[in-house]
Amino acid sequence: MELLTPEVGLIFWMLIAFLLVFFILAKFAWPFIMKSVDERRDFIDRSVATAREANEKLAGIKEEGEKILKKAHEEELRILKTTEEAGAKLIKEAKTKAGAEADKLIAEARTAIEKEKEKAVKEIHNQVAALSIEIAEKILRRNLENRDAQRELADKLITEAKN
Amino acid sequence: MKHIKYILFAIALLTPLSTTLANEAEGKTEKISPKDIIFEHVLDAYSWHIFTAGGHHISLPLPIIVKGQNGWAVFSSSKLAHGAAYNGFFLSPETGKVVEEINGKEIRPLDLSLTKNACSILLVCILLSALFISLANSYRKDPYAGRKGFAGAMEMLFLFIYDDLIKPCVGKDYKKFAPYLLTVFFFIFFNNLLGLFPLFPGGANVTGNIAVTLVLALITFTITNVFGTKEYWKEIFWPDVPAWLKVPLPIMPLIEFIGIFTKPFALMMRLFANMLSGHMIVLVLVTLIFIFTSLMGAIAGSGVAVVSVLFSLFMLMLDVLVSFIQAYVFTMLSSIFIGMARVEPHLSKH
Repeated sequence: MELLTPEVGLIFWMLIAFLLVFFILAKFAWPFIMKSVDERRDFIDRSVATAREANEKLAGIKEEGEKILKKAHEEELRILKTTEEAGAKLIKEAKTKAGAEADKLIAEARTAIEKEKEKAVKEIHNQVAALSIEIAEKILRRNLENRDAQRELADKLITEAKN
Repeated sequence: MKHIKYILFAIALLTPLSTTLANEAEGKTEKISPKDIIFEHVLDAYSWHIFTAGGHHISLPLPIIVKGQNGWAVFSSSKLAHGAAYNGFFLSPETGKVVEEINGKEIRPLDLSLTKNACSILLVCILLSALFISLANSYRKDPYAGRKGFAGAMEMLFLFIYDDLIKPCVGKDYKKFAPYLLTVFFFIFFNNLLGLFPLFPGGANVTGNIAVTLVLALITFTITNVFGTKEYWKEIFWPDVPAWLKVPLPIMPLIEFIGIFTKPFALMMRLFANMLSGHMIVLVLVTLIFIFTSLMGAIAGSGVAVVSVLFSLFMLMLDVLVSFIQAYVFTMLSSIFIGMARVEPHLSKH
């Protein structure tokens, strides 16, 4: 049963050698390798996260740009519409204003014509009156000479007046 | 498919070689003892056998360090070759260990010899230190560089153990225990692989030696219990089971208490038995050639050699896999035991 009985000498050397190699590696090898490997993993994880974030941000920016573009387009349409409306309104206003002015002018002209007409009629009246008085005077003067002649004259005068 | 012809060529080369060796062995000794051959390869030794040429053993003598009745003695193992005695020390004919004779009885002195296994362990330790310190230095220079070749393979193994085994098994304070667990993994793995290599610096059955696995299991046992939390000890001596299982007869506490020792014991036996059996199967398959040659002659031996070499090849391939698996399993179980000893009190009782 030599196989199953551990030798003191080998236990001794094994213990010394193993503990020695353990302390050497634990001091000079494993910490650095562990640290590097962990750091590298963190670095890769971080890089992936950053790249993903950047991608997301880029997509966001693109979307935002599109939104801004859309908004600008809408604004443009709105401004165009309002300008058109304002123009139409202005034209309409101008038209109504001009119409009113014209009406006013026409009305004024009409009153002026009416006034002139009245004045003229009045003048005619006055002239007719004056003529009538003159005729009457002349008639009165002839009357004194000849009755027939007076009548003839009166007729003649009336005809004249009629004309 | 083109590789197959190379494999067949290698077998064709090896077959006559092994039969010649077998014939030679047949000529030398009347009877081959497979048990002796196998045990000679599997057990520890005072000298490191390199090869045998023309019936002459060429081996590297190793220092023998013993403390007998007359104090310490350090000398080369070549002094004890062929049954010779030195300073009253000689190799026992039965056990092959260094003994001294006191009052007509063979007594084992305190034997701290640098044996074949001890030298193999030291070799692996030097290899590991050099390898991982240089790897750490390359990490210190540029941690983000991609690693190629051998360093890349080591990094892959490192990440496999560190990320996928230690982190989930140990739990939140994995950083504290990772150095030990990583050392254990690479120590076992390198020793296993070196043990499979049949030529000189390899071939020592280190992890298939119970003293080695005993020390490894003992260290895991110590770490587990020294760093065990209050909850861990509470679960051993006052587990969360119906009261009649605890008083008056402490059935569960007893089982849990025994469990403290069975866990590292299983750890020790598993690695030891797996690696030992791997070595033994390969040796048995190779020894079959010699047995058949001595029993039925060279022709039968050659026939068996083809099959044996094929099987040995298969077994060695399997052993490479087993080398990794056993190192992995030992590390995983150590991680789990440590992780289990780091339990926190359960927040809610069901």
